[in-house]
Formats: sequence, C-alpha cells, structure tokens
Amino acid sequence: MPMIYDLANPERFDRLARLTTPWMAGLAAASLAAGLYFALFASPADYQQGESVRIMYVHVPAAWMALMCYTAMAAASVTGFIWKHPLADVAAKSTAPIGAAFTFLALVTGSLWGKPMWGTWWAWDARLTSVLILFFMYVGYMALWSAIEDKTRAARIAAIACIAGFVNVPIIKFSVDWWNSLHQPASVLRAGGPAIHPDMLTPLLLMGLAYSFIFAALLLTSMRAEIAERRIARLELAERAPSEVAVS
Amino acid sequence: MTKRSRRILFIAALFGVASLATLLALTALKDSVAYFYTPSDLANASEAPAGLLRLGGLVAPGSVKFAPGDEAIVSFTIKDEIAATPVTFKGVLPDLFREGQGVIVQGRLGADGAVVASEVLAKHDENYMPKEVADALKKQGRWKEGETP
Repeated sequence: MPMIYDLANPERFDRLARLTTPWMAGLAAASLAAGLYFALFASPADYQQGESVRIMYVHVPAAWMALMCYTAMAAASVTGFIWKHPLADVAAKSTAPIGAAFTFLALVTGSLWGKPMWGTWWAWDARLTSVLILFFMYVGYMALWSAIEDKTRAARIAAIACIAGFVNVPIIKFSVDWWNSLHQPASVLRAGGPAIHPDMLTPLLLMGLAYSFIFAALLLTSMRAEIAERRIARLELAERAPSEVAVS
Repeated sequence: MTKRSRRILFIAALFGVASLATLLALTALKDSVAYFYTPSDLANASEAPAGLLRLGGLVAPGSVKFAPGDEAIVSFTIKDEIAATPVTFKGVLPDLFREGQGVIVQGRLGADGAVVASEVLAKHDENYMPKEVADALKKQGRWKEGETP
C-alpha cells in the first residue's frame, strides 16, 4: 500500500492536506447552500409536524456526524495504539473537538425540536441520555490529552479511553429499538428502507454531505495545526539540547 | 509474542471487558432504562407501581372527552395491542396530541386503575411525508392515522 505509506509521512500529509483543504471547504460551502435551500424553501412541510420538521435537516445530520466522528476517532486510536503511528494519534486528537461540536449541535437542536413536538426540552430517555454521555466522553477525551504532558503517553491513555468508550456508539444507535423511548426509531438507516418521503430525504442527505465536507475541511486544518505545533516543539527542544534529539 | 500482537490483544481484551461491563450494567438497569411502561406492562405487573410512573401508548380513538364547562380537564384512554388504561389530565396538551397519536403521560396510578397525569408528552413516529401524500394515502384507504403505513 504505497498510498498509505505516503500519507504516513507528516511532511507529505501536510502538503496533500494543504492542497485538498480549500476544495473540501468549497464543496462544504456549495453543498451547505444547496442543502439549506432545499431544507428551508424547496421542501414540503410534514403532514404531522408542519414546518417544525425543518429542524430535522440540521439536527439529524449533526447526530450522524456525532457518531461518525467517534467511530473515526476510535479507528484512529486503534491504529495509533497498535502500530504506534503518530499521524493516527494526531487524527484522533483533532477529531475530538469537531465531534464534540456536532454532538452539542445535535443536543441543542434536538431540545429545540422536542419542545414543540413532544412538549418537553429534555427527557431522560435512553437515546437522549446516551448522546449526552457521548458528549461527556468527547470532553473527557480532550481533557485527557491536555492533562498529560508527554504526547506519547497522552496518546496511549486517550486511545484506551476512546476505545473503551466506543461501546456507547451501538448503544446510541439501537437505544430506540432496545428500550421504550420518547425518541422515535430510525427513519433512514433501518430495515425495509427509509420511512421518509423522497422530497424530504433529498435535503437531509444534502445536509449530511455538507456536514461531511465541513468535517473534512476542519479535520485537515486542525491536523496541520497539530503537526506544525509538534514540529515547533521538536525544534525548540533541538535548540535547547541538540545532542539529545539527534539520538532519537 | 511480539509487542504489536500484545497490543492487539490488549485492545481486544479492553473492548471485550468494556462491552461486558456495559452489558451487565444495562441488564441490571433494564427496567429503569425504559422511559415508560405500556398498558400491557401495567396489566402484567405483579404489584401496582407506587409513586410516579410514565405510561405510553396510543390515544384510543373516540376516547378523548373534555370535562363539560372546563376545557382544561381532559380524559382519554391509552391503549396498546393488548391492554388499555384510562387517564385524566388537567393542563395544556401538546400540539401533536390527538386520537390515534402515540403519547407518554407521567402521573400516579389511582386506586380505580386510572392514571392521574401531571404531564402529557406526544411521541412522533419515524414517518415523514408531505401533507398531500398523507391525504392521498388516506383517501385511497391504504393508511389510517396511528397506523404504520
């Protein structure tokens, strides 16, 4: 796999990321504009929920990304832990704040949607509670990174926490099927095909695409910043003790 | 064993232990993780639950009655496939409340087997469609409100 080895080199990754980031940002802006146009203007109101259904186009993709980011973080953590790959550690670390932001967005928009539809801002049902736990896990993961000075050690401990916490992801996904919950079951990813009209599925998927590009642009930028920061730290160390660094 | 395979083993064991611990915790919490009881859960319960409980199901068609002279007092029946429980409630109902709609009420079980609710929440289902489509489906007799299309 020459491709993976190419990317494994932080210098090459940096060059490639610098090239692709503007494209990701551009695609994000274009798909977000299209998605929002369809979501807010060119899609019908729901037979049951009326215009409030438009909150779905912001809420549901955010919840998807919340789970996707954690899955990506866990995959990067496994790679970093087993193959001792610094770039994987950087990827996992950089994913956390983005995932936390998406989770926060899902929680807030869900609350705003819950009030008019269910009649409450919040309920301690299995889906809502497990997503709140996901948010705390992101925050805890970030806290671990900043609490441990030595980056190699921080990466190892944060990876262990992240992988152990991955059990929450299937719990979130299936919480609405396993237990009686206030939150309704899945509409898109479910046995028997989507239970959502094509006119409403289109803006939803467009918004999902837009969020994915936003994630890609943010992740690449944040990873480049982290790589640059590590390089600075290395250079500073080299200035202070040149002989020590030369050995490692 | 190489260092790498030891790390792989460690990750596998870690994930296994975390899953097992979660499984045990959730099994122990089984009853309290469920957000609400259904009328059949209530009918099958060996003893009537004391204190606050949440009951969820569909509002039985034709059961919604407003108290004469006071629109704020409403009584209705919550049913599932097997059992039904009468409910009384004083207050503002959510927008989605209507006959055939899934609702969750929170309240206390009276001696007469009826729930005196202090809060009514509406549940909405996983189906999304424009009003015209819903009307057309109903007109063709292919779908009735409160049913899965």
